[in-house]
Amino acid sequence: MLKRVYITGIGITCAIGNNVEETLQSLLSEKSGIGEITLFSTRHKGIFPLAEVKMTTKALLENTGFPGKKNITRTTLLGMKAAKEALVSAGIQDIKQYKTGLISATTVGGMDRSEDFYAGFLADPRKGRMIDIVNHDCGDSTERIASYLGISDFVTTISTACSSSVNAIMFGSNLIKTGKLDRVIVGGTDSVTKFTLNGFNTLMILDKTGCHPFDENRAGLTLGEGAAFLVLESEDIAVKENKKILAEVSGYGNANDAYHQTASSPDGTGAFLAMSKALKMSGLEPGEIDYINVHGTGTLNNDLSEGIALERIFGDIVPPFSSTKGYTGHTLGAAGAVEAVISILAINNQVIFPNLNFTTPMKELHIRPVTVETRHAASSLIETRHASSSQIETRHASSSQIETRHASSLRVEIRHVLSNSFGFGGNNSSIVLSKYETGL
Amino acid sequence: MSFINGIGLISPQKTVAPTEFLEEVAEYTADYLRCIEPVYRTYIDPIQSRRMSRLVKMGITAAKMSIAEAELAMPDAIITGTGLGSVEDTEKILGDLIITEKFLNPTPFIQSTYNTISSQVAIQLKCLNYNSTYVHRTFSFESGLIDGLMQIEEQTASDVLVGAIDEMTMNHLQITRRVGQWKREPVNNLTLLQTKTPGALAGEGAAFFVVGAEKQVSTYAMLQDVATCININGSFRPDSFLRDFTGKHGLSLQDIDLVILGLNGDCNHDPTYLQFANQYFPGKSLAWYKHLCGEYHTATGFGLYVAANILKHQVYPGILHLNQVRPTRLKNILIYNHFRNVNHSFLLVKGC
Repeated sequence: MLKRVYITGIGITCAIGNNVEETLQSLLSEKSGIGEITLFSTRHKGIFPLAEVKMTTKALLENTGFPGKKNITRTTLLGMKAAKEALVSAGIQDIKQYKTGLISATTVGGMDRSEDFYAGFLADPRKGRMIDIVNHDCGDSTERIASYLGISDFVTTISTACSSSVNAIMFGSNLIKTGKLDRVIVGGTDSVTKFTLNGFNTLMILDKTGCHPFDENRAGLTLGEGAAFLVLESEDIAVKENKKILAEVSGYGNANDAYHQTASSPDGTGAFLAMSKALKMSGLEPGEIDYINVHGTGTLNNDLSEGIALERIFGDIVPPFSSTKGYTGHTLGAAGAVEAVISILAINNQVIFPNLNFTTPMKELHIRPVTVETRHAASSLIETRHASSSQIETRHASSSQIETRHASSLRVEIRHVLSNSFGFGGNNSSIVLSKYETGL
Repeated sequence: MSFINGIGLISPQKTVAPTEFLEEVAEYTADYLRCIEPVYRTYIDPIQSRRMSRLVKMGITAAKMSIAEAELAMPDAIITGTGLGSVEDTEKILGDLIITEKFLNPTPFIQSTYNTISSQVAIQLKCLNYNSTYVHRTFSFESGLIDGLMQIEEQTASDVLVGAIDEMTMNHLQITRRVGQWKREPVNNLTLLQTKTPGALAGEGAAFFVVGAEKQVSTYAMLQDVATCININGSFRPDSFLRDFTGKHGLSLQDIDLVILGLNGDCNHDPTYLQFANQYFPGKSLAWYKHLCGEYHTATGFGLYVAANILKHQVYPGILHLNQVRPTRLKNILIYNHFRNVNHSFLLVKGC
């Protein structure tokens, strides 16, 4: 019998908050973390906005208890901070009490410092400070986070571009289900680097005005940085320890688009398969999903392909959905975990965070995300529905055809959330997170 | 149960079209051991391969070789492990990037993404199934195997394709030499252990394995188990670990016929292997292989190739012998690797 997997702790550091509470407050007040570059040094300053974590590396060093240390990268520090918050939130005092693993995801590891090294090295192969290159590889950040948390039973790192940390959640869940570990800290971390900013720029998929996910006039993504971690625990120990359960990992799926190294297929095959697998594992019907936190990067290609896949799965009744990248930017290797934390906040606060920067529906799609305006309409719909419990009256409450679709699918309660993360290489992953209900 | 049903290996040895298992050994006196590359057009459409970097071509080719040998139509999962991904592409970007932040060719950026090879293999095979990439130093390949074996155990997959890929470049060698990772001068690979100096002999390779739930004609051996143990502040306890690891499969340490060690010629790190062998496997046959492929993050891919072939062919080539003890049978093989005494990994392989 496979064990169930519960989430008992969360931690996050991103552009809209240095911790879970700040992040929640920014989401509730619809405050974006995207803005003019302030900390990161680049010639693109003033051209592209970024979603930077509003803490200097020096402040992160002090926060994590390593003031003045020179050999820890920003990626690692962000990860340490978020992972520590997750542990504290789960009320874990003795990490050795149960068999515990750490699975972290990153797309660039210590690249922020490798860039500094190369500047010296290219001028003279004997030059370049070694302290800037020894933390280059992805495993370095994970091992430092593990050491910081005292985790030694199982440690590894995943890198599958922008879906990396959903794959970390999946692998961690599998390790618990099969009884190999009791508890796994899963998530991801990435800092902004010249490497990624310039890399995405060569692909011409950066929006100079900040991302507009699912909007007809979207022009690309906005890079962000950050880290998020979740504490996964087996049902055995969650029950034994009488843990507060934030959510259950009820389903997940990974599929490959097998279409193109960077472009998504026109019919959204990989996205469709990933969502289908996740739904199948959860045992839920598509109609039981209350909210979808879409990948929604704001690139022409992703949002079209993902939108088509959503319509293929959910038909005429696509659940309320939003991309939260208008708040956090695209945090790459951390994105899946960042959005899992946001999805858990949606479940625990029974609120859908609206899609920012949306004005015009995409002409190829019948659907549109929940926006600031439609969310307020939605809450009045919820009240209407509460009062009458009649589906018909709910429909009456909305005027436009598009809103009717939402109205008919909107639920009073958020019990099941689907979260998508899709990456280069056609790496598509989806998870279903469910509200914990005793007796289920 | 999991069986190694197909292997594709591109290495510094003639492993692409071998006549006999390690019958002919390539000898080098070099800064690092470089792969003997195949003629790629047999495996990849030349129009496609024109823009592929070297590691991508090596990876795709090794994957296709393994699938052909296993006569597998479609893997249920494609999983790769790589310590550094395409170093060549990463360096191209870093070179272009740093001074000017102006570079126009997106190809190196795309290919530097760590999961490029697992996804390129998926594209080539039109494989829509599970796809993932592990990037954790010398745990990279092992993590991929653990993932694959678990999917077979859960019965969510019956045939998984797992790869181990890493490359070396002259620039990267120069850089990592400065931290003392490698020998300071060219050495002869076949007399590597006589150097008794710090630093390993660097190498590279691309190895893919088809691991299946069913035994078939092409089966080499059973892959019984894989484990990674991180040693943080002395957290790794070999004795209790080994007891559990072998005990789980009904084996005692006495039942291990051959121990394949990851010695790489670094006088600072090789003693760890010898102490391990003396303490837990006294009087047992000991083998090594990194003089043939060099040291790299996913070198255990070569180690697993060696173990699988020993068991399939029931031969134990002299080039692998580390001590004078000859095994009385070739049934249970333990592969042990460590990196800086922090990342310890174990693979248990059984003849069938």
